[in-house]
Amino acid sequence: MAHSGINVLFEGDNFIRLLGGLWITIKIAAGALVGGVILGTILGVLRTLNSKILRFILRLYLEFFRIIPTVVLLFLFYYIIPRQFNLNMPANELATLVFGLWVAAEMSDIVRGSLISVPKHQQESGKAIGLNRYQLYRYVLIPQAVSLEIPATINLATRVIKTTSLLMLISVMDVINVGQQVIEANNQSYPTGVFWVYGLIFILYFLIDYPLSWWSKRLEKQRLERNNG
Amino acid sequence: MSWTVIQQSLPMFAKGFELTLWLSFVGVVGSIIVGVVVSLIQYFKVPVLHQIGSIYVEISRNTPLLIQLFFLYYAFPVIGIKLGAELSGIIGLIFLGGSYMAEGFTGGFVGVPKNQIESGKAIGLSQWQLARFVVFPQGFSLSVPAMAANIIFLIKETSIFTVIAIPELTNTALDLIGMYYRSNEYLFVLVVAYAIILVPLSLGLTYLEKRVRYGSFGN
Repeated sequence: MAHSGINVLFEGDNFIRLLGGLWITIKIAAGALVGGVILGTILGVLRTLNSKILRFILRLYLEFFRIIPTVVLLFLFYYIIPRQFNLNMPANELATLVFGLWVAAEMSDIVRGSLISVPKHQQESGKAIGLNRYQLYRYVLIPQAVSLEIPATINLATRVIKTTSLLMLISVMDVINVGQQVIEANNQSYPTGVFWVYGLIFILYFLIDYPLSWWSKRLEKQRLERNNG
Repeated sequence: MSWTVIQQSLPMFAKGFELTLWLSFVGVVGSIIVGVVVSLIQYFKVPVLHQIGSIYVEISRNTPLLIQLFFLYYAFPVIGIKLGAELSGIIGLIFLGGSYMAEGFTGGFVGVPKNQIESGKAIGLSQWQLARFVVFPQGFSLSVPAMAANIIFLIKETSIFTVIAIPELTNTALDLIGMYYRSNEYLFVLVVAYAIILVPLSLGLTYLEKRVRYGSFGN
């Protein structure tokens, strides 16, 4: 293995360009998470209400996003939205939209699950002291559900960040696409560059995701300890 | 939407369908084997292997499959390890799936009630017998829901194999779109194909989850 292969990363502005790609990746993930969590929370609350039709529709929405692989979702939106709706969205915004809708679907299930796992007597006590439905959610259900939701939401965030690697497929200039350009441009001078560039991207993803998944594990552990002790 | 276009593409999709099923099957079986081994190592805290297992799980869970595949398929050849596309795909999927399965099984083992283990010890079972007759059977049935979710997750992940040009379902669809520009038709077939695999599987696994919920007496 050529010992100088690693230099490909520091040649010219390669490193800065890779970090720039990573920044685009992070922006899309963050946008999708913020939008998706807000929409998903609303949908999750709606799924605990008593309307069968609403529950059915929202369930279909969730199952659609669960069953279809994310790659396929990206392509569905990428090919169908511009043509069918005559809406020319830049790839970055399109990706944020697809990921946001996916996050909303998953989030709705997290929120629903944690709302229904708040002990029944809590809800009944709330009703007994005369809270209306809005107050019940606002003061009793949501605050208790949040501690259940947070670890699951952080986990979802790590999944979203990992899945942004698919952005390269719809020609977003994310970190992987930039990496491929760097590899191609330096193929002559650094034949082993591919190893270092993909290696760096591998490490970058790990550095972002590992602290998040460690955090969510710790929160989950704390919650269990609190509940058992 | 033109049905003739769809009809003409079906033989191609059938091939992709078969390949997706085959790769999924190998990947899922391999992942379960790796998962059982890693989780047993974690459970018994086997020295050295235990630490290696933890590092493996963290690396595999916190990096995307796509970059794992790129590494296997494009970066390994420059250090002299040449794997074909399909082999890279399978190794990547097992590398990823193994850690997810391991976490699922570990969760199941941890969930076995303490009194069960104490009772086992009280009747004089050895460490191995305890694992074989008490922890493993109960822990395994507790981890079925996690395993089911992982199986579906892994089958969906095979769609990423398209980036290393394995002609599975997604790759077939993208190839056809590239050649004939009939994106509506081919995407429709693609979605239906995944639904054919995943909807019955998801229903079947939900049924299985209900069937294996035994062995938690006293609770």
